[in-house]
Amino acid sequence: MSTIVLAERLARNPWLQPHRIGLLAVAAALVASAALFMRWDWIPNYYDLALAGIWRTIWILVVTCALGMMLAIPLGLAQAAGPWWLAMPANAFCTVIRGTPLLLQLWLLYYGLGSLFPQFPAIRNSELWPYLRQAWPYAVLALTMSFAAYEGEVMRGAFAGVPKGQLEAARAFGMRRSTVFRRIWLPQAIQRALPTLAGETVLQLKATPLVATITVVDIYSVASRVRQDTFIVYEPLLLLALIYLLITGVIIFLFRRLEARIPSRLG
Amino acid sequence: MKTFLKTIAAAAILAASASLASAQTIKVGFSPEAYPPFWSADASGKWTGWEVEIIEAICGEAKLTCELTPIPWDGLIPALTTKKIDAIMNSMSITDERMKTIDFSDKYYNTPTAVIGPKGESFTADPAGLKGKIIGVQVSTTHSAYVKKHFTEAAEIKEYQTQDEANQDLAAGRIDATQADAIALDAFLKTEQGMACCDLKGNVAEDLEILGPGVGAGLRKEDTELKGKINAAIKAIRDNGKFAEITKNYFDFDVYGD
Amino acid sequence: MPLMQVSTYELLAFEPPGWGGNLLRGLLNSVIIALGAYGFGLLIGIGGAYGKLYGGPILRDLLEVYTTIVRAVPELVLILILYFAGTDLINRLLEALGYARIDINGLVAGIWVLAVVQGAYSTEVLRGAILSIPQGQIEAARAYGMPPGLLLRRVTLPAMLPFAIPGLANLWLIATKDTALLAIVGFNELTQETRTAAGSTKAYFTFFMAAGVLYLALSLFSNVLIARIERWSRRGMPSVSGGPG
Repeated sequence: MSTIVLAERLARNPWLQPHRIGLLAVAAALVASAALFMRWDWIPNYYDLALAGIWRTIWILVVTCALGMMLAIPLGLAQAAGPWWLAMPANAFCTVIRGTPLLLQLWLLYYGLGSLFPQFPAIRNSELWPYLRQAWPYAVLALTMSFAAYEGEVMRGAFAGVPKGQLEAARAFGMRRSTVFRRIWLPQAIQRALPTLAGETVLQLKATPLVATITVVDIYSVASRVRQDTFIVYEPLLLLALIYLLITGVIIFLFRRLEARIPSRLG
Repeated sequence: MKTFLKTIAAAAILAASASLASAQTIKVGFSPEAYPPFWSADASGKWTGWEVEIIEAICGEAKLTCELTPIPWDGLIPALTTKKIDAIMNSMSITDERMKTIDFSDKYYNTPTAVIGPKGESFTADPAGLKGKIIGVQVSTTHSAYVKKHFTEAAEIKEYQTQDEANQDLAAGRIDATQADAIALDAFLKTEQGMACCDLKGNVAEDLEILGPGVGAGLRKEDTELKGKINAAIKAIRDNGKFAEITKNYFDFDVYGD
Repeated sequence: MPLMQVSTYELLAFEPPGWGGNLLRGLLNSVIIALGAYGFGLLIGIGGAYGKLYGGPILRDLLEVYTTIVRAVPELVLILILYFAGTDLINRLLEALGYARIDINGLVAGIWVLAVVQGAYSTEVLRGAILSIPQGQIEAARAYGMPPGLLLRRVTLPAMLPFAIPGLANLWLIATKDTALLAIVGFNELTQETRTAAGSTKAYFTFFMAAGVLYLALSLFSNVLIARIERWSRRGMPSVSGGPG
C-alpha cells in the first residue's frame, strides 16, 4: 500500500478531522487529569466485588430481556389479533406497567409482598420459600414484566403490520394456522420489531441499577458501597458511568451484528 | 404552580440572605426514615422523637437556627463535605473511620448494640450463634462495619438502605437476624409487628474501635467554631436538666451512657 | 377482611392520622418536578436540535457526546452525579468568582437534574422532527427573506409539531415516572412519601398500591390530554390512519 493511499485513508477517517483531533486532545487531557488528580487507590480493594457486580448486572439484563421477549410475543399477539377476553387483559397489563414507575413496582413486589408473608405461615413452609426469601427473583420478575410490557406494545404493532395478503396466501397454500404463525407471521413480526430491540435493551440496562434498592448486589450497589466505605463521592460514580457506557457500546455492537445477518427486506 | 414559585422565591431570598444570616442558620442533615424512638414521622409530615427534641434543645442553647434537611443516610457525609448541610445529627456514631473524613462534636448519647431474631429460634449474638444465618444491617453504619469484621466468616450479610427495611425483612422471614442500636431495636420489638415475630438475642461484644464511644454531631473539620458552640450546648443541657427532662419522656434510664 | 378495609380507609384518609394528604402532596411535587424538568428539557432540546442541525462541527460533536452519554448511562447514576457534583461545582465556581454560595434546594436540583436527562432525549426527538419537515417549506420562507427567529416561530416549530408530538408525549410520560428516582436522593415526591408512610405504618402493600394508582391516574389523564393535543396539531392535515406518518 503506497503512502499516498494511506494518507488519503487517514484523511477520510472521521476521527482525524482537525476539530476532532482537538476535541480528542481535550478529552485525553481530561481523562489524564482525572487519573492523576482524583483518588483511584481504592480500585484494587474492590476489584473482585466489581467483577461480580458487573456479572450480576449482565446476568439480570440477559435473563430479563430473554424472558420479557418470550412474554411480549403472546402479549402482542393477544392485542393485535386475540379475542376481546385476551386482548383486554393484555392491554390492561401493558398500560398499568407502562403507566407506573419501575421503582415503585419493584418495591411493591419486594416489600409489599414481603409484608404479607407473615400473615400466611403456609408460604414459609412451601417449597418455594428458599427462592421467595431471596431478593433476585423479585428483581427478575419486575424487570421481566417491565420489558414484556414495553416490548409487547412494539410486538402488537409488528403483528398488525404484517400484510394480511401474506397470511391469506399461506392459508390458501393449505398451511395450518400454527404453521402460518410459525413460518410467516412470527418471523416477519420479529423482523419488524428488531430495530427497536437494541434501544429497548439499552433502556433495560439503564433500569437494572434499581435492583440495588432491594439488596441485590449489582455493579451499581458495588459503587455505592465504595462511596459508603471510603466517603469518596465522584470517582466511583464516574467509573460506574464509564462501565455502563461500555456495556451499552457492546449491546449496540452485538445488535448491529445481528441485524446485519438477518436480511432486512420486508414483504 | 404556586408552591413552585414560592419555593423559587424562597430559594432566591435564601441565596440573597445567605451571607447575612449564615452565622445563625445551619442546616442539620438527617435521613428521612423512621428510626423510633429517635426519629418518627407523623402523618402531617412532621418529624418527632428523642433526637429531634435534643437537636432543638442544642440549637436553642447555642442560639442557632437549625433547619432540618432530609438527605438519604448514605449521602449524609458527602452532603456535609460538599456543604449541602452544615451538621449531621442523626444517631451517627463517632468512629475513627468517619473521623478521617469529618469531625464530630462530643457524644450526646451512647447505647449498646444488640441482635434480634425470630421468636422460637434461640441463638447467641456471636459468630458461633450466627453460623450459617443471614444477618441484615443498614449500609454505612457502625453495625455494618461490625458484622463485616466479626461475622463475615460465619454468616451471610445483607445490607439495607434503612434499618426499617431490615426490620421489615426480618418480620417477613427473609433474614434470620439484624444488628442495630439496642434502643431502636427495642422500639421495634414493642410494635405489633415486632411482638409477633421477633425477640432479643443479646448484645454483641464491645469493639470500641468500630462501634465508637457514642453518637455525636458530624461536622466539617474546618468548622471549629461551630464545634465549640455545639459542645458547649451539649454540656449546658446536660447541666441544666434539659437533657434529663427530654429523656424521661422516652426512656426510664439515662441514654447518655457513662 | 372487613377490619382490614376499615384500616385501609383510615390509613388513606386525607387528614392526619391518615396519610392520603401526604401522598397527594407528594403527587403534586412529582407533577411540579415533571413539568419543570419537561419544560426546561424542551428548551435544551430545541437548542440542542438546532445545534446538531445547523451548528459548527465542534458544537455538533459536543452535543453528540451529551446525548450519547445521557442515553447510555442509567438515570439513577446521572441523578447521583448531577445531584452531588452539580450543586457542588456551581458553588465552587461561584466562590472562585467571589460570590456567596447559593443554596440550591431539593426541588430546583431535582428539576435541573431531570431536565438535563430530558434535554438529551428532546434533542433527538426534535432533530428528527425538524428533518421530517418538507425542506421546500423552509427554503420558501428563507426565499421570502424571513429572519431566522420568525422562521423558527412561524414555520419550523408549527410544521415539525405533528412529527414531534408522539416522541414528546412519550418523553412526558417518562418524565412523570423518572421523578420516582428522586426518592433515592431523599426528595419528597410521591415515591418517597409513600416509602415514609409505608415505613411508619408497616402497611407496605396498601401504600405502594395506592401510589401505583396515583401514578397510573396521572398517566391515563396525560394520555387523554396528549390525544387531544395530537388532534389539534394535525388539524388541516390529511388523516394518517393506515398511511405512513
